[in-house]
Amino acid sequence: MKGRVLSRREVIGLVAIAAALLALPFVLASVGTAWVRITNFAVLFVLLSLGLNIVVGFAGLLDLGYIAFYAVGAYTYALLASPHFNVHLPFWVILPIGAGLACTAGVILGAPTLRLRGDYLAIVTLGFGEIVRIFMNNLSNPVNITNGPKGITLIDPFRIGDFSFSARSELFGLTFSGPIKYYYLLLVVLLCVIVINLRLQDSRIGRAWVAIREDEIAAKAAGINTRNIKLLAFAMGASFGGIAGGMFSAIQAFVSPESFILNESIMVLAMVVLGGMGNIWGVIAGALLLSFMPEVLRYSVEPMQKALFGRMLVDPEVLRMLIFGFALVLTMRFRPAGLWPETRHRREMSENRR
Amino acid sequence: MAQVLIEATNLEVRYGGIAAVRGISFAVEENEVVCLIGANGAGKTSTLKALARMLPSHGEIHYGSERIDTLRGHELIGRGLALVPEGRGVFSRLTVAENLAMGAYHRSDRPGIAVDLERIYTLLPRLGERAAQVAGTLSGGEQQMLAIGRALMGRPRLLVLDEPSMGLAPLMVEKIFEVIRTVAAEGMTILLVEQNAKLALELCSRGYVMESGVISVADTAERLLADPRVRAAYLGE
Repeated sequence: MKGRVLSRREVIGLVAIAAALLALPFVLASVGTAWVRITNFAVLFVLLSLGLNIVVGFAGLLDLGYIAFYAVGAYTYALLASPHFNVHLPFWVILPIGAGLACTAGVILGAPTLRLRGDYLAIVTLGFGEIVRIFMNNLSNPVNITNGPKGITLIDPFRIGDFSFSARSELFGLTFSGPIKYYYLLLVVLLCVIVINLRLQDSRIGRAWVAIREDEIAAKAAGINTRNIKLLAFAMGASFGGIAGGMFSAIQAFVSPESFILNESIMVLAMVVLGGMGNIWGVIAGALLLSFMPEVLRYSVEPMQKALFGRMLVDPEVLRMLIFGFALVLTMRFRPAGLWPETRHRREMSENRR
Repeated sequence: MAQVLIEATNLEVRYGGIAAVRGISFAVEENEVVCLIGANGAGKTSTLKALARMLPSHGEIHYGSERIDTLRGHELIGRGLALVPEGRGVFSRLTVAENLAMGAYHRSDRPGIAVDLERIYTLLPRLGERAAQVAGTLSGGEQQMLAIGRALMGRPRLLVLDEPSMGLAPLMVEKIFEVIRTVAAEGMTILLVEQNAKLALELCSRGYVMESGVISVADTAERLLADPRVRAAYLGE
């Protein structure tokens, strides 16, 4: 990709994608603002999946507690921009703090557990994720820090001067609702995260991660400081989770421990695995698919039953999860490496040989 | 007298309460080819892993003018000690070329790396033919060649080989040993662990025989090959 001039067709393709992404929220808003919100949450999950992909896909470390870093980012934002402590810092101050704290949490989790591999690591990270959630649940006594299970409400939206991301505004004759504005912000953040991920993948660090994933002893013998490089994977993945968490907090304006249950960790992992571990585009596809599918089913199961049988046979909520689970099983059966698996590009040296 | 390149004194490796290597001492001189032979579970691999700092151990290890038993595994290739791990340890989802490039991970002299890559493709032409192929799809022998090539990409002073014949067909074993012989003839110092005692002793100038975590015999390869005890225990006579 580096240094290559794009062909005419690729330029046209990129322009078309960009135009589609820019027009998307208005198309969705004409169906219903709910769909813009759903899209925003889908993008948040893409951010989370890309973060987890660094840990699971690149470095091959199974992490079942990833949502904890999302929680750290979310609570950092919530506590520093809400009436709870009556602190109202601007988001560009809090997001780096949240990323930093999540990164620290990643190192705290990583440092003692790096000797573990596979299932053992999965169990420890699972425990860690639960510990963080339970902390959030119980840190209301004796000093009320997190407000316990009630959560924190009235969280500030992102604001730049007088421009608030939650309020409606008119621009160029178009109406930008809060969710639409967040959509564009998320799109920018997503673009940055994708670029960082692509650069990481092709970097020295990226190659070291792959080597560790493939064979740790050989990686060490090749001069890779496996401990530090694994720690770096944890730290970077956690930072991305922290940033996503901060944005989640602002968009939702409310956080409670319930948003960070084990199910969420597993969902993010499913997105990474289903899309194709290690492949950035696959992971994005997986996250979008798993975010949208339950929502699409939510709105289609009921009319579908009415059309087929003339009445409701099964509660849509039940059927929705059944179809969802079945689809997952089928995908894994027929595409075990994911929908869009990582293809190792034959780059650089092999190119030179031919 | 040639310079001693690596020397272990009272080397001990324990797994929990069990001692796999029980205070052994040995040395390899510059340009020497030395083997460590012995039966399964004698402690050969543990010894090599301790030398390459992949396992914690007791006792002193000196390499060149430095004491290395305080170092960690990744710090050795930069000092010229390259390990070809047991079971080859190729990066199976990377291509042959990418595997070789990983061998030069610690180096930054691009022209030098290119020269070494050409040299390895000449020494192991099979790897050149398969440069773009994913390593996991190579045969066992080719993977072993790749593991050796990858270690050589680090431009080592000491090549440490752990059971290069493991799991290979006899014809392939011959080829691998031919490669090791060529590398040795170029002046590389080699420490070789092998279960195939006959092949190893024919290649080496000196050998150590390991038995239940201790060195039971140490001698020149010639005399070990003639030693009735060695013949009975390891050469199947």
